[in-house]
Amino acid sequence: MPKIKPPVRTPHIDMTPMVDLFSVLLIFLLLTASFRPQEAAVITTPQSVSEKTAPDADLMTIFISKDGKVYFNIDNGKDTSTHFRSKLLEKIGEQYKITFTKAEIAKFGTMSSFGLPVKDLKKWLNTKETKEKDKLQTGIPMDSTDNQLAWWVREARLTNVGAEVAIKGDADTDYKLVKKVMDLLQENKVNKFNLVTNLQKQEVTLKDLPSSGK
Amino acid sequence: MAEIIQEEKGKKGGKRRPKKQSTRIDMTPMVDLMCLLITFFMLTTAFSKAKVMVITMPDKEDNKDKDKDKPQIAAFRTLNIILSEGNKVYYYIGMADPKKPPLPTLVKTNFSKDGIRKILLDKNRDLFTKIAEYRDKRVTGKIVVSDTTLDNEIKRMKRDDKKGPIVLIKADEKAKYKDIVNIIDEMAICNIASYAIVDINSVEKDMLKNAPK
Repeated sequence: MPKIKPPVRTPHIDMTPMVDLFSVLLIFLLLTASFRPQEAAVITTPQSVSEKTAPDADLMTIFISKDGKVYFNIDNGKDTSTHFRSKLLEKIGEQYKITFTKAEIAKFGTMSSFGLPVKDLKKWLNTKETKEKDKLQTGIPMDSTDNQLAWWVREARLTNVGAEVAIKGDADTDYKLVKKVMDLLQENKVNKFNLVTNLQKQEVTLKDLPSSGK
Repeated sequence: MAEIIQEEKGKKGGKRRPKKQSTRIDMTPMVDLMCLLITFFMLTTAFSKAKVMVITMPDKEDNKDKDKDKPQIAAFRTLNIILSEGNKVYYYIGMADPKKPPLPTLVKTNFSKDGIRKILLDKNRDLFTKIAEYRDKRVTGKIVVSDTTLDNEIKRMKRDDKKGPIVLIKADEKAKYKDIVNIIDEMAICNIASYAIVDINSVEKDMLKNAPK
């Protein structure tokens, strides 16, 4: 009598613990990832073949939106104990004869880009509702009588001497506004700037050379 | 053996109890997908740093020695590009001096492959060929150099170039920011050795009015 072998059953591994582990890992990564602070305006940068990346820290950024509003941002340096933003706010306060409370300075230290005249700063820092806050952001004035952007740039450079300047302009902004910002920077002895762009590779090789018919 | 056959038949025929199907779902594909997704996001967040294009402008203090010693550049080497509204690119070769008529004619082109890039490549043929061949040699492995050596060598070739065009980029009031970024990009693509962004003057503004639309 032949032996009747029991039917071979494929081993089933219970995957539930593995799924549990993945969920724990995911939650850990989500909590430890720092969120990018919401920028004041939506800006679509133009495209370029440049592959250089912007420096992470010691960078001040001037945003220029499509409708011509100018925003400004500066980070707290590689080591956040340098508190560049708080020092900058104090200096601007001295310049414009506005005193900011410690709470307002601390709050400013944690925020990111802003675009409003200095007189509205106190109100903006104390408003809690985001919609109200956004309404106050009318852009940093750049008129010749009250060139606040020039003050922000100058004081920022004095606060953080090695900071680089980046210009993030929308592709459809009028060039003359960007030129005004660049002229302002050149007057403050900044001759090297980084223009923020999207990467779009363009391969041009020897075979793309037009035939020299001339 | 007869007994066994009968048993099998019995199994097939018996419809008293429907076979209970187990409701266990095999989680393996889901775990594979989650693993892939996590790895993908971990890697892509590291790549989302913004890219920048570096431009360096000359010092603005040059007004003092403006008329002093301007190096004489051959007129045929100067390529003036004027950017206007609607992504239009005009160019002319030489200098536009109203004291020395006739004024050069403005040629209209665009940002496509056959537009301004063709002109730039044609004028910059030698330097472009040199740099492209150097890059090819590095890619194919004939020479082995580091990234910094590559950059320095290209800078040196650009500095020593004497035949390439000198491009003056001007933009009229209606030009958009992306036009300037595009033209500076073309400078990088065509390996132009020297270019500068300058202000448009009144002679050129008049030339623009009479230019082909």
